[in-house]
Amino acid sequence: MRILIVGGGMGGTILANNLARRLKNELKIGKAKITMLSASDKHMYQPGLLYVALGRMAVDELYRDQASLLEPGIEFHVDPVEEFHLDKNNVKTKSGKTHSYDLIAIATGSRPVPEAIPGLAENSINVYTEEAALKFFKTINGFKGGRVVIVVGVPHKCPMIPPEVTFTLYDYFKDRGLADKVSFHYTYPIGRLHSLEPVSNWMKGEFASRNITTETLFNIKEVDGAKKVVRSEEGSETKYDLLVAVPAHKGMEVVEKNNLGKGGWIPVDRLRLNIEGHPNAFALGDTTNIPISKAGSTAHFEAEALAENLASLVKIGSPVRDYDGKVFCFIEAGKDRATYAMFDYNNPPDPKPPTKSVHWFKMAYNQLYWASARGLL
Amino acid sequence: MAEKKVIDARGTFCPGPLMELIANMKLINVGDELEVLSTDKGTASDVPEWVNKVGHQMVSTTEENGVWHIVVRKAK
Repeated sequence: MRILIVGGGMGGTILANNLARRLKNELKIGKAKITMLSASDKHMYQPGLLYVALGRMAVDELYRDQASLLEPGIEFHVDPVEEFHLDKNNVKTKSGKTHSYDLIAIATGSRPVPEAIPGLAENSINVYTEEAALKFFKTINGFKGGRVVIVVGVPHKCPMIPPEVTFTLYDYFKDRGLADKVSFHYTYPIGRLHSLEPVSNWMKGEFASRNITTETLFNIKEVDGAKKVVRSEEGSETKYDLLVAVPAHKGMEVVEKNNLGKGGWIPVDRLRLNIEGHPNAFALGDTTNIPISKAGSTAHFEAEALAENLASLVKIGSPVRDYDGKVFCFIEAGKDRATYAMFDYNNPPDPKPPTKSVHWFKMAYNQLYWASARGLL
Repeated sequence: MAEKKVIDARGTFCPGPLMELIANMKLINVGDELEVLSTDKGTASDVPEWVNKVGHQMVSTTEENGVWHIVVRKAK
């Protein structure tokens, strides 16, 4: 059985490693083969970008060689897929090679698209790429004071970034002695401060104690860099001195070009992660259109469920379990306190007050991630 | 011809039905409709509030066995 994994991010990597362990014997005797195709020979720890943006982590700490993270027996090629032929069970790569498969899992992820909003890319900072995180730090490091406005696009990767970037940036300016020179105004697309109601309720109190003002039902329409004004689809506008964006995301272009899903999101069954109409094709992580958080933990838990099912397809010809919708997100509540939200399809989150110990666990996880990517945690 | 797409947001907490609706609005054409399925009764008031504020059209809101079916038409 030839298993092809497209994408070497968190979802693809955990899937490949978990699968390789489950199929150790089958790989040895040639009954199974696992191939990964990725666009890069490097693996980035994306949650680390927030810390790079705040000057608390160096860029090189974000990366490992992708090959070093993979279990022996996984065939790895830096050769991104350009054409998916799901009806013919093969893909064509940038180098011109064709890879045939019996089972395929697509985990190509998502990308920020600040350029989709007029004026946003050139007049705001964000934490979603290495380049953006470095620009973020240089900008805040040179900021002398004024009105900081946070704007949030939809959909976006990591639902905790809006509160996290607000709280951590607040502490950053406070530590620089600028607390009385900087004001914060937080906007959000729906009628509360966060999509998770308990998180929103908790944020209300935290924002009040910091004099952070808010505006809900604010979806970014355009940014006028000359006037330093951001306008919303709902008809309001607000002035800024520093505009912090959580830009909207799209799936990867290759998904759209191959007509696998509008916006680059591939429609899948929310329990089995099957791509609609293709019993031997699956997608996971940000790539899917499942209406749950686009987050590393989503990719992680989906990868574990999918690895078990793909291994079972090889061993007994049938999947054995459902993905239960589990998501776990840390929430940095400042420079030294954090909490978390955990939920699934049946159980809502119940976040607790932030503590220093959860913050330090997050700091530890920043290193433990590499064990997680190897499928050991 | 106008199309209708269904967003099954039953039992999902984050980003939630309204955020999914806003995201999917970007992917359809003016005149097309979206039907959101939600098990959160707050959706029945959250969605019309946003739709009216931004200038789209509410088509219908019904509830069947604890599931809200909210249909919205993209107007601009």
